[in-house]
Amino acid sequence: MKPTHPDYEVVIGLEVHCQLRVRTKLFTPAPVTYGAEPNTATLPVCLGLPGALPVLNGPAVELAVRAGLATHCTIQPRSIFARKNYFYPDLPKGYQISQFEEPLATGGYVDVPMEGEEEPLRVRLTRIHMEEDAGKSVHEAGLSETHVDLNRAGVPLIEIVSEPDIRSPEAATAYLRTLREIVRYIDASDADMEKGHFRCDVNVSLRPHGSSELGTRTELKNLNSFRFVEAAIRLEIDRQAKVLSEGGTIEQVTLGYDADRGRTFLMRGKEDSDDYRYFPDPDLVPLVLSEERIAEIRAALPELPEQKRARFTEEYGLPGDACAILTEKRGLADFFERAAAAAGDDAKPAAQTTANWMLRDVLAVLREDDVEVQDGHLEPEGLGALIRMVEEGRVTARSARSLLPELIREGGDPERLVQERGLESVSDEGALEALVAQAIEANPKAVASYAEGDKKSLNFLMGQVMKASQGKADPGAVRKLLAAKLES
Amino acid sequence: MVADPMPTLRELAASLEAGERSSLELVEQSLTRARECESLAAFLSLREDGAREEARAADRRRAAGERRSPLDGIPIAIKDNITKRGETAGCASRILEGYRSPFDATALARLEAAGCIVVGRTNMDEFAMGSSTENSAYGPSRNPWDPERAPGGSSGGSAVAVAAGVVPVALGSDTGGSIRQPASFTGIVGMKPTYGRVSRLGLVAFASSLDQIGPFARTARDCAWVLDAMSGNDPGDSTSLPDPPTRSTDALTDALEMGDLDGLRIGLPSEYFELEGAAPGVIERVREAVAELEAAGARTVPVSLPNSRFAVACYYLVATAEASSNLARFDGARYGRRAAGAADVGEMIERSRSEGFGAEVKRRILLGTFVLSAGYYDAYYKKAQQVRTLLRDDFGRAFEECDVIAAPTSPETAFRFGEKADPLALYLSDVYTVSANLTGTPAVSVPCGLSEGLPVGLQLIGPARGDETILRVADAYQQRTSHHEARPPLAGAGA
Repeated sequence: MKPTHPDYEVVIGLEVHCQLRVRTKLFTPAPVTYGAEPNTATLPVCLGLPGALPVLNGPAVELAVRAGLATHCTIQPRSIFARKNYFYPDLPKGYQISQFEEPLATGGYVDVPMEGEEEPLRVRLTRIHMEEDAGKSVHEAGLSETHVDLNRAGVPLIEIVSEPDIRSPEAATAYLRTLREIVRYIDASDADMEKGHFRCDVNVSLRPHGSSELGTRTELKNLNSFRFVEAAIRLEIDRQAKVLSEGGTIEQVTLGYDADRGRTFLMRGKEDSDDYRYFPDPDLVPLVLSEERIAEIRAALPELPEQKRARFTEEYGLPGDACAILTEKRGLADFFERAAAAAGDDAKPAAQTTANWMLRDVLAVLREDDVEVQDGHLEPEGLGALIRMVEEGRVTARSARSLLPELIREGGDPERLVQERGLESVSDEGALEALVAQAIEANPKAVASYAEGDKKSLNFLMGQVMKASQGKADPGAVRKLLAAKLES
Repeated sequence: MVADPMPTLRELAASLEAGERSSLELVEQSLTRARECESLAAFLSLREDGAREEARAADRRRAAGERRSPLDGIPIAIKDNITKRGETAGCASRILEGYRSPFDATALARLEAAGCIVVGRTNMDEFAMGSSTENSAYGPSRNPWDPERAPGGSSGGSAVAVAAGVVPVALGSDTGGSIRQPASFTGIVGMKPTYGRVSRLGLVAFASSLDQIGPFARTARDCAWVLDAMSGNDPGDSTSLPDPPTRSTDALTDALEMGDLDGLRIGLPSEYFELEGAAPGVIERVREAVAELEAAGARTVPVSLPNSRFAVACYYLVATAEASSNLARFDGARYGRRAAGAADVGEMIERSRSEGFGAEVKRRILLGTFVLSAGYYDAYYKKAQQVRTLLRDDFGRAFEECDVIAAPTSPETAFRFGEKADPLALYLSDVYTVSANLTGTPAVSVPCGLSEGLPVGLQLIGPARGDETILRVADAYQQRTSHHEARPPLAGAGA
């Protein structure tokens, strides 16, 4: 692989904050909301009221464990919640409850498929720990006041910390995409970046090619889109390379990214680095997970994207790129498999035909409308039935294709729709023979050139017949009839 | 017959059951007594109208044969760091001025469900930091045995409220002796339950791993009764213990009624009785009390708590570390006092805290912040946690040899105001009490006589979950003695 920078090897590690898909907050049953009226989704714990005490949310723990298992981490039988102390108006208790010395999960990895590469890139994970989100400070333009919204305070997060195994901005975003796919697959998170469900901090350092020592790193904070991640890393690589090539040294600083201006800016220098005074939270007891409990969660884990891809190749003989697209989202993969099961009795060819329909026709409509397949009106069994009708010659591919946008957007029973619209293919020999005779009579030139050995003329004549039948003629039957007539 | 102006909880409950007194009469008597004793400054606020209204409701329930429990209609007082819905929870601090809690502390909610009526909120050292109530932002409470002396602290106001006969029962909180030491100074019973026995939900935290709510009363029996009513597992407190098997009031009172101590082993830690600086008069009274227990059938065994010499240091590291974090929420941003005219948010937080906290609270926040700082954490906080484990081992070994440990509650009797100007001297007087908090074990202070006219407390420490044992021993002691019937000279004033 071509190096990212000619003079330096780029070393990248990521910290991803991912919001868990639960109804209530990590330490109190206040609802997890988005876009609600400020400070309406709060209880005494969220507000840091005197005497309020945290109680751990069980379902959030289960999702965090799932995320750990899905990324090959070791789930620790005992982990500790700690307080990270700092003052900020949107941090109501004056500390964030997180995990520090003893996190929930350690030592996993994510295999990242890389475009144009045979082997995936293995990114090792240092740890996954649970923590609560902070609130939001809102500074209104022109006002000197700071407003605080604590609806987000206490929302359950996991922080997924990678080893510095990434060597390019593209690999960083590929890693993030893979990670997002995994947490979505296991229903651990909606990972909606626009809603801040999936945010990342990036550590970047450079070192001479061939060096095994790590250079001084800088941290890019709060990047909330893949595009910004890539852009910010590129800027930081260029900045560091310039400093180093001019003989300077890199300062360990924290940078922000200004998307509007397309540049990074200094958030915090090394001298301002906080002392968070972590210590175990005495209001909480150690989180203890028995082997049985972990095994239960593991058993309930759905098939993961990498496993699904391997199975689709193996079971259905689908090519790699088709597998990659169909398994990208669990909803799409499930839809595909249900449709394929309805499309034919022989699994392998039915799956291949269904894959073609999905990739060529269904996804095009979905993309146009920007909807997920499970949110459309088309039932997978409906698609399967339609494909089966095509395969059985009861409707032509062309007619079927013409019905798809309507089925996806408005729904309906394909069988009935085909009948209502009179789209059943014409395979009645008498009717077809009439159409064929008509075409031969109307196109003497084509008939002549066929006789002279131009076999392509058959296709032209086929087209004429299909046109005359308004696409309903069974193409196989037409071809057979035409060939017979022309040869005779 | 002139009624004892300071009846016990049992006596009051019995008079309610018998229909001799109404709850309204008891509440009126409490309020009158509170006003008579105003100079003792036991209360920060009284709930006159609310308490009367609740008393009338309690009387109606009784008349209708629907009383909630034998405690229905009993007036009580609570320390200012225990939340009650719709009421202030000021912790005797300026920084919580104007704050009203939207929820009830679990312990209080349970007592109210049993029918208890809160007549007022009692004075304390600010955020429970202190041993005299001198750190209250609203001035100290005074000891009814000598108003020139401190009633002890931090739950001094609750102790005075019971000692002066305002209420038969008051709630305090004990982080390093804050119930037991004032109980000892004012001649009443004060108990710190096993950590986790009483829910901390609604107790404004000082040091979360040490804090426990507990009762003050005239007798151990009264304490047991109140403990039973307010303790038990609370899913709202992650550190809450499962319900004890002996939770029912019947089982507890039966055990108490035996009053016989045959076969009971009382451990006497040499470190406690040979402590340099302990007042001879205190040690003498406690030894006499132990002799009385022996006369009741108990036998004494020498035990050793070698690491107890580190207990005070360990306590002030753990407690201040936790406090520095627990008190970070008081920033003026959401409730309580906010400094005016700050240029930005940072300055607002800084000034609100500078103006809102008193000197002792600031001292402990700074100490705790230092203890947790990078580079010092291992030497202080971590070391303190290790010492805590050693202390637990010490007590574990001691409780293999004995059933309860007897000791003084405080090395001295009530001191004069201003006598302990050096904070370190005051910290060192916690020597007998902090270990029970560090190890989570239950402990009770029982009056065992006077020394130079001032009350002395006998402390009984039990193994974790041995709350019933120490109460049983304390009850046996009180059945054989009358020290708890001694009345402070001020008690008669105006009564």
